Amino acid sequence: MVEHALVERVAPAARRRSHPVARFFRRHPLGAAGLFLIFVLLGLALLAPWIAPYDPVANDFGAMFRPPSFRHWSGTDAYGRDVLSRVIFGARTALVIGFGASLIGATLGAVVGVVSAYFGGKTDLLVQRLVDVMLSFPIIIVALAIVSIIGTGTDKLIVAIALSFVPRVERVVRGSALGVRAMTYIEAAQVIGAGSWRIIFRHMAPNVVAPYLVMLTASLGQAILLEASLSFLGLGVSEPTAAWGLMLRGAAVDFATRAPWMAIFPGLAITLTVLAVNVLGDSLRDALDPRLRT
Amino acid sequence: MTRYVLTRFLLILPTLLTVAVLIFILVRIVPGDIVELRLVSGGSFVTPGVIEAERERLGLNKPLWNQFMEWMMGIFRLDLGLSMWSGNPVIQEIAIRLPLSLQLAVMASLIATAIAIPLGTLAALHRGRWIDQVVQVISVAGLAVPSFWLGILIILVLLGVFGYLPPLTFTPLLENPRANLAQLIWPALAVGYRYSAVTTRMTRSALLEVLREDYVRTAWAKGLARHVILRRHALRNALLPVVTVIGLEFAFLIGGLVVTEQVFNLNGVGKLIVEAIGQRDYTLIQGLMLLVALGYVLVNFLVDLLYAWLDPRITYQ
Amino acid sequence: MHSSDVGVPRARRLALALVAVLVVLALTQVEGTAQAPRHGGTLVYISTAQPPSLDGHRETTFAMLHPVKPHYSYLVKFDTQNYPKVVGDLAESWTASKDGLVYTFKIRSGVKFHDGSTLTSKDIKATFDRIILPKGDVVSARQAMYQSVKTVEAPNPQTVVFRLKYATPGFVEKLASPFNFVYKAEILERDPHWYERNVMGTGPFRFVEYVRGSHWVGRRFEDYWERGKPYLDGYRVLFIASRSSMLAAIKSGQALTEFRGVSPAELADIVRALGEKVAVGTAAWQCNNTVAINTKKKPFDDVRVRRALTLAVDRWGGSQALSEIAFVKPVGAMMRPGGQYAMPEAELTKLAGYGRDIAQSRQQARALLREAGVPENFSFTLKNRDISMPYEAVGVYLVDQWRQIGLNVRHEQVEAGRYFADQRAGNYDLVVDFACDFIDDPDVQLLKFLSADVSPVNYGGYVDRQLDALYVRQSRTADKAQRARFVHEFERRALSEQAYGFYVLWWQRIIPYWKTLRGYNTTTNHYVEPDLAVYWLAE
Repeated sequence: MVEHALVERVAPAARRRSHPVARFFRRHPLGAAGLFLIFVLLGLALLAPWIAPYDPVANDFGAMFRPPSFRHWSGTDAYGRDVLSRVIFGARTALVIGFGASLIGATLGAVVGVVSAYFGGKTDLLVQRLVDVMLSFPIIIVALAIVSIIGTGTDKLIVAIALSFVPRVERVVRGSALGVRAMTYIEAAQVIGAGSWRIIFRHMAPNVVAPYLVMLTASLGQAILLEASLSFLGLGVSEPTAAWGLMLRGAAVDFATRAPWMAIFPGLAITLTVLAVNVLGDSLRDALDPRLRT
Repeated sequence: MTRYVLTRFLLILPTLLTVAVLIFILVRIVPGDIVELRLVSGGSFVTPGVIEAERERLGLNKPLWNQFMEWMMGIFRLDLGLSMWSGNPVIQEIAIRLPLSLQLAVMASLIATAIAIPLGTLAALHRGRWIDQVVQVISVAGLAVPSFWLGILIILVLLGVFGYLPPLTFTPLLENPRANLAQLIWPALAVGYRYSAVTTRMTRSALLEVLREDYVRTAWAKGLARHVILRRHALRNALLPVVTVIGLEFAFLIGGLVVTEQVFNLNGVGKLIVEAIGQRDYTLIQGLMLLVALGYVLVNFLVDLLYAWLDPRITYQ
Repeated sequence: MHSSDVGVPRARRLALALVAVLVVLALTQVEGTAQAPRHGGTLVYISTAQPPSLDGHRETTFAMLHPVKPHYSYLVKFDTQNYPKVVGDLAESWTASKDGLVYTFKIRSGVKFHDGSTLTSKDIKATFDRIILPKGDVVSARQAMYQSVKTVEAPNPQTVVFRLKYATPGFVEKLASPFNFVYKAEILERDPHWYERNVMGTGPFRFVEYVRGSHWVGRRFEDYWERGKPYLDGYRVLFIASRSSMLAAIKSGQALTEFRGVSPAELADIVRALGEKVAVGTAAWQCNNTVAINTKKKPFDDVRVRRALTLAVDRWGGSQALSEIAFVKPVGAMMRPGGQYAMPEAELTKLAGYGRDIAQSRQQARALLREAGVPENFSFTLKNRDISMPYEAVGVYLVDQWRQIGLNVRHEQVEAGRYFADQRAGNYDLVVDFACDFIDDPDVQLLKFLSADVSPVNYGGYVDRQLDALYVRQSRTADKAQRARFVHEFERRALSEQAYGFYVLWWQRIIPYWKTLRGYNTTTNHYVEPDLAVYWLAE
């Protein structure tokens, strides 16, 4: 940890030969592919109203359970809605909830971790006990509990999923932060009389960016999966919103043998998205800190 | 070492106590009333007098402190109270579903381990080459596939292609192993795949770490056969983090298979949790959460013990 | 016949006789119902929910009835094969006094409980005492239905007498509630809560086993009072919450049916898989969906806005479209369409929202909204339960209907606990509600629309004394025709003139079942079924 920080400070100039991002893509083609897929997804989400062939919420009782055909590339569902259009619009829900929840959750977790590591003592002990408690449960149950309390709906879902990630991110970031905390320049800053918050933001935070980013990408994939699970259980977004997890619920399962396309396409969408995010996350982790590699 | 073990053990109690208090409070914050749910959700009309009488009977009108102390006293007698929905003892409700969940967790773990360790080892040994890439893709995919979707696909194939419907009710393993396994093998596969993905990655990276260590390089330089190095040194040391991961994931399987149990219609603990929350059955929820937390905490403690035993360098700082 | 027939050879006569016998046999085989019931076999059926407790007096859900009711007998019950006729079960016969204040029931002798003891009028008195006037902390969910009863007496072991405070029509129908299990007096005295977790009755089946979350098993009671019944050796209930598993189980023959009802798409799925092997029973269901409007919230306090909301909904068109994907169909007001108090179509189409010309209704609606000052694209939330069948379909449909008069409605589906809490607290704009019962009685169906300070289930929050008065009038009228007139007046005022709330569609029961199940008749509600004593299994 110490050498890493020193290298960062001492020899930044030596790294200017080729742009780090370009180097990253060359060394991690899989990660690049993942990033590309994510951009495609973002594009789909942004351009959905123009790309999608049909209105995702328009019922068409004359065209229910139609198999994939030229008119409906991915078939229709129980209300006659076009599955492809719903998958495309579902990207919006997935990304909004996924990005929103992972960003909020990871950031909150990181802040708590750094602050707790800095202040130490009784604060740290208390916070760690609380985090211990939250870590004693599978994420799905924590999310379930929070949703029961605050209710369902896109915004509430983001909060619920975000909160579920906080303990895990907190643990990892705190681990890193503890390492930084022990370093002499922190002590030096304190001796000089620098304010706590100044130390936290100017000295400690930049040094935990690596684990933070890693946890951020890890949370993104998990957030999308969690949203899918909650919607599947009926505790996520409501009909007629287009959301991948919601599309897998109810009729998709009941009529899986009769109309398998209802279940296949949304599931595929989830898998590919989370795959892309995970692969990118892996490459990031490899590049930023080989010691965190799994 | 004993000091380490003792301290870890003593930490269990405050954690569980905090869990108990938190659950007790949180469960009562959730809007919704169990009596209403039971009597009104059928669609027929019930007078408020009836609802009040039932609330009185379930002890819901007693002061919170009384309710909490009663529950706590009960725990010391190993009595988790009565389910507010059915009137059966909470322990009984859980005991009916626990064998299935436990067996599913064990089966998934076995499948995962059987896949992960050989694959992870293979990938680590042939690092950078195509085998490694393939294994990596398979395991990353395993983390990306929603396990309930995998479950739906499995059912789709079984029903649609083979016309086969797995048994719908649970028979204990010793009573009728065939029926038992016929029901549980499919969800075990669905869950095991994801589980194996995590373990494969951990096996691979742990082995890679160990293989880079000096003593391995020394042994290699000394001319020791590869498989001897593997068996005697590398695997044994890599086992530590792998076992940790297996243990932690296992702990989460007991209550965490909520969605899988829904898809496969299994009468397990996860399904009970969802039902209990939906029914606002305070006593049952409290009992379940306590047990889930206990399971996790115990597994953690066991893993800590294992660590301390296998690696004498670790002490409590 | 010619005299030459005397000479018809014996063989020929025999052959003719044989043909005649074969023809007769063939004719009786064609319609299986003419067959004599076969004894034996175990009926396996599905229940999609579990019983909370096992006490019929306390619970209100079919989930308790479906596995438990075969263990019990009733004083009087609905004849499922001639629904809604009421026949005596434990009562051999009964008489009512001229003034309608005294009902005397003659009880069968020699009826045994499953533990061998004999049933007397004491048990019936104890049972109804518990239902009508529960003591202590015993809960009787339908207590309010029997407010007219003064006392229940058992003057001798074979007689039970009900004395009423005032005459009320349909009293015997109310006694026939499928929840009125007859319990043993001795047990009730010993432990009034015993029946919540245990079974001891006089019904056609004994209790064998119950594994929570999994299954329920019952076996024929050899000493059942009705000789020759039940035909079945036993029954088994599988608790399956997942609809796909339920369908798969029925398609594979692991279960023969489920007694609540399936959606049209599920029916198509089963028929496609089983074809000739399956029979389908359909009936109008004593269940419906309504929408309650929060009259305390602006702009819903304005009757014009409320009328606009109900005018915009195309019920006749919706009946066509929605019946394809959900188990809704009949169009009606507060009383079940096809029932004896249903409003005749001529009157019905005059109510707001029931007209055949939807374009005109929508025009009216838009005009009313403009008049009331509601802007274009006005937004509000429709709260709904998170169950797909038929709530989700109905909700999605309503949102679409209101879109067509320029309203932007947000559909919010919430889980049960929150749903009931919000409903009670008045925390909604509009909410999709429902009502299900075993009886088509105005006393029960109209209760929802009484003033908020009178009715415990008025969620609209309004007060209307005219409605209250009409309710009391119809409740005391014995003459059916006159009573119907009061009921229709009530409906007109509540649904059309004031539009405090409105009915969307009534439900339709669709029960596919394997043809091997005989003696089954689909009735209008899922509370009086299954009537296992009269079912039997063909080969």
